[in-house]
Amino acid sequence: MNLTIDKIALLLGMSLMLIGLWGGFTQKNLLKIILSFSIFDTGLNILIVALGYLPGRTAPIIDGSAVTPENLALVAIDPVPQALVLTAIVIGFGTTALLLAYALKLNQHKKSLDINQFTDLKW
Amino acid sequence: MKIKNSLVILLVMAFGVFLFQVYKQHQTQGSLNKTAAYYNTNTPDEVGASNVVTAIVVTYRGLDTLGEVTVLFLTAMIVGYILRHGGKEKPMKNNTSEILITAANVLIPGSIILGVYVFINGHLTPGGGFQGGAIIGTAITLMILADPLGSVKKAVLHITESLSGFTYILIGLAGLLFAGGFLDNRILPLGNLGNLLSAGAIPLIYSLIGLKVGTELSSIIASINETGNKTA
Repeated sequence: MNLTIDKIALLLGMSLMLIGLWGGFTQKNLLKIILSFSIFDTGLNILIVALGYLPGRTAPIIDGSAVTPENLALVAIDPVPQALVLTAIVIGFGTTALLLAYALKLNQHKKSLDINQFTDLKW
Repeated sequence: MKIKNSLVILLVMAFGVFLFQVYKQHQTQGSLNKTAAYYNTNTPDEVGASNVVTAIVVTYRGLDTLGEVTVLFLTAMIVGYILRHGGKEKPMKNNTSEILITAANVLIPGSIILGVYVFINGHLTPGGGFQGGAIIGTAITLMILADPLGSVKKAVLHITESLSGFTYILIGLAGLLFAGGFLDNRILPLGNLGNLLSAGAIPLIYSLIGLKVGTELSSIIASINETGNKTA
């Protein structure tokens, strides 16, 4: 199998997503569930960045020597996935912060972080 | 419990098969697609920023970034609201270790200056408002860790945050009046590509975003810390 760097990044991102999904369903501790969510998020971000990769090209930043305004379209990679991931990281941070705040509140009420203790919505 | 576990394994495996199909069908591209080619060709002339990602985030897709900053603002508000009735104040000893306090005093000024550098140079080098803001947030977190019982004034954080958000929107509206549209960066001269004072309003907007993100992250950490100091 011929593994180029974008294939490796794709595989890494996908493995992280699977680990995150597995952790989110099997862990009982609220903090570990939130951590799994965070791992899934990271894997997804790596996957999106890997999709914008073009072999042999460099970052889309003009530095005056390797990348100039004239050859930017020929030597630079796709900037759109990077801009999207920048947004996604910030939103992921916001979601994690909300989850953690809610877990803190739940812990104050029940003195426990075990998901099985929270049966109020179970029937 | 056994059935539940096998269901989880089945679900993860199904997702794995789906991802593997994506992986198998993925082909490394040879050239830029149409959107990327447009951004890479026209950014130097239209926006004047060296960093194409910054040009997309702040100017071409500036409205998305405004929405993103709003989401972060909402998060900070909701975290503050959820954790507001944190129970009774527990008298707590400040038992931070001497090493942490000394290290924090050394590191905090440097971290803040690095954060400011990263967001002021957002249009020239990798980095920008969100990254610089995160670095400033780290510095404030260190400050809270070294002195958990006080010293961080939340009112100052809130005022800085509101003022920078308000100015950000005013700059966007100025783009509507004096240039091509909402958040257009050409209200200021584009300058020479690669200079610190170039790319129109981008350094200004990204500095405001940096301040806003930094104060928002700090106020989230401060809210969580205050709740940690109390007992339910």
